[in-house]
Amino acid sequence: MAFTIQFIIDVLSLGGAYALMALGLVIIYGILRLVNFAYGELIMVAGYTMYLSSGSGLPWIVMASLAVAMAVVFGIFTDYAAFRPVRAKSVTAVLITSFAFSNLLQNAALLFISPRPRNVPLPPIFSQTVEIGGAITPVRNLITIAASIVLLAAVAYLMRKTTLGIAMRAAATNFTMARMLGVPANLIISSAFALSGFLAGVVGILWIGRIGTVVPGVGLEPLLVAFIATVIGGMRSLPGAVVGGFLLALIDTTLNYTLPQDLLKFRDAFTFTLVILILLWRPAGLIKGPASGQRT
Amino acid sequence: MKHSYITAALLIGLIAALVVGTELLGIRLYDRIVTNLLISLVLVIGLQTFMGNSGLLSFAHIGFMGFGAYTSAVLTIPAQMKGMALPDLYGFMTAVEVSPLLAMLVAGIVAAIVAAIVAYPLMRLSDAAAVITSFALLVVLYTVMNNWSAFTNGPRTLFGLPKTTTLPMAAIVAALVVVVALVFKESRTGKLLRASREDEVAAAALGADIPKLRWKAFVLAAFIAGVGGALWGHFITSFAPKSFYLKETFLVITMLVIGGANTVTGAVAGAILVTFAYEGLRSLEGTLNATAAGAGQVVGLTEIVLAIAMIAFMILRPGGLFPTREIGHILARMRRKKETSA
Repeated sequence: MAFTIQFIIDVLSLGGAYALMALGLVIIYGILRLVNFAYGELIMVAGYTMYLSSGSGLPWIVMASLAVAMAVVFGIFTDYAAFRPVRAKSVTAVLITSFAFSNLLQNAALLFISPRPRNVPLPPIFSQTVEIGGAITPVRNLITIAASIVLLAAVAYLMRKTTLGIAMRAAATNFTMARMLGVPANLIISSAFALSGFLAGVVGILWIGRIGTVVPGVGLEPLLVAFIATVIGGMRSLPGAVVGGFLLALIDTTLNYTLPQDLLKFRDAFTFTLVILILLWRPAGLIKGPASGQRT
Repeated sequence: MKHSYITAALLIGLIAALVVGTELLGIRLYDRIVTNLLISLVLVIGLQTFMGNSGLLSFAHIGFMGFGAYTSAVLTIPAQMKGMALPDLYGFMTAVEVSPLLAMLVAGIVAAIVAAIVAYPLMRLSDAAAVITSFALLVVLYTVMNNWSAFTNGPRTLFGLPKTTTLPMAAIVAALVVVVALVFKESRTGKLLRASREDEVAAAALGADIPKLRWKAFVLAAFIAGVGGALWGHFITSFAPKSFYLKETFLVITMLVIGGANTVTGAVAGAILVTFAYEGLRSLEGTLNATAAGAGQVVGLTEIVLAIAMIAFMILRPGGLFPTREIGHILARMRRKKETSA
């Protein structure tokens, strides 16, 4: 029983974080058909903002909000620096600029801050544990679950009920038609980047809360997770991203518990092999999104 | 077809000129830089055979280079050194010791076989999904290299490879690879693949089996990467898995993109240009680090400049320096134009 509860909490907390990461990526992909390689660096930006503000004596929640705000700012900045100038060009061109931009941010952190890990301030609640039904679990896992439920609900509401969300979905389905009907393209794209940055910021705090430190390469793992979750879920579907995130967490956690010790270090290889098998069965991912996709 | 011969002749001539020039100068540092350049050239052209013809970005290339390097290492490290260099190696492998040339060939074949197996499902994917999975594939290959201690000595540095890669040797391999890439480009597979790059739907309607075509190109690219990896391994003689990860991937893609992914000429031009820029920036970093203000803290400057250059290229000249035509083709056209105007 305790094991079952432990397992469920593990899957839900990991899955919640994965789902948020994937959602932030797929919001951009859905509208612009572009893969944002610099997405992981938004998480890095949130982490370094926490580190840089740690000496200021502000309450933790203010620092956290500041970190999220910086991630949003950098999200919008990504749009202006790496995407807007090449939006009308080939998919490959956009991929390359975002890859280059990601490298740019990472190396800027190397050059201006430090290659070594930096401590991030965390409230004591992040390191406490509680006992639920016989299973001992860190409180931060419960925080992650709560945060992901709230955020997923909020994003669902935003996308379904508000004008902005409906306009974004319209743009994702048929960009040209949406523009003809008066949806302001640049505003929609910038808000998508802002929303993506917001999700990255929150995920960044939750993710870095697990590790406690930030390094320039901290964004790589979340980026990969988001990539794989979106590919499994279906590249253009928001619910797909969430499903993909939870499924990936389920695979990861199961492997964590079942693989023998000497094979555990190959876990990533196993996970990605499973992903390849899923793609073999359904090349378009589990949930199909809207069919078309133009960017201009 | 005829201008392919001109292109091949010019590019090989360029490689030969580089080698002869360096040998005449006789400065060891330049010798190193040019050998490095030629190895990069092999890798970049390898990537070009896949990316240029299929139009898909592949991140996994450097992973196959790593597989090649490790294959060649396991086959060539002298038997008496194996106990130290690879303590966990399977018993029957310890006695194996083949010539570096044969090992290089085997390295290419091993990389190609791995690519042939893993790429079969991946080639069915298109644009973004294909790119993302190739990125995931790089991580898988890296994880395997980092953890398969029996063959790779884990994340620790593997040493003891015989240093057999010389400047002329690298030049010969580079010249061969130029020819292979040009032949592949003009072959039936290459032409069909380029048709699918321009218009996937139209090419499929004409009967092109796109996943299969891509698969062939991918396997060829992996073979070249494996050979390049072996070449590099015998040049550098000691390396760790982290030599085959994102930093190198970024560098190879920068070279190809700046030169122009669609042409072999572009791959050559990009490799040469970026290598010189890279070496220049590295020495600048070194100089800055030696000053009081830098104080050993300047890292990543090279990558920042290259990243900015790459973004600028994508905005101003998205096809790179040689976006569509090979150098031979450009020269032939210029001559024809002159004749018609005269």
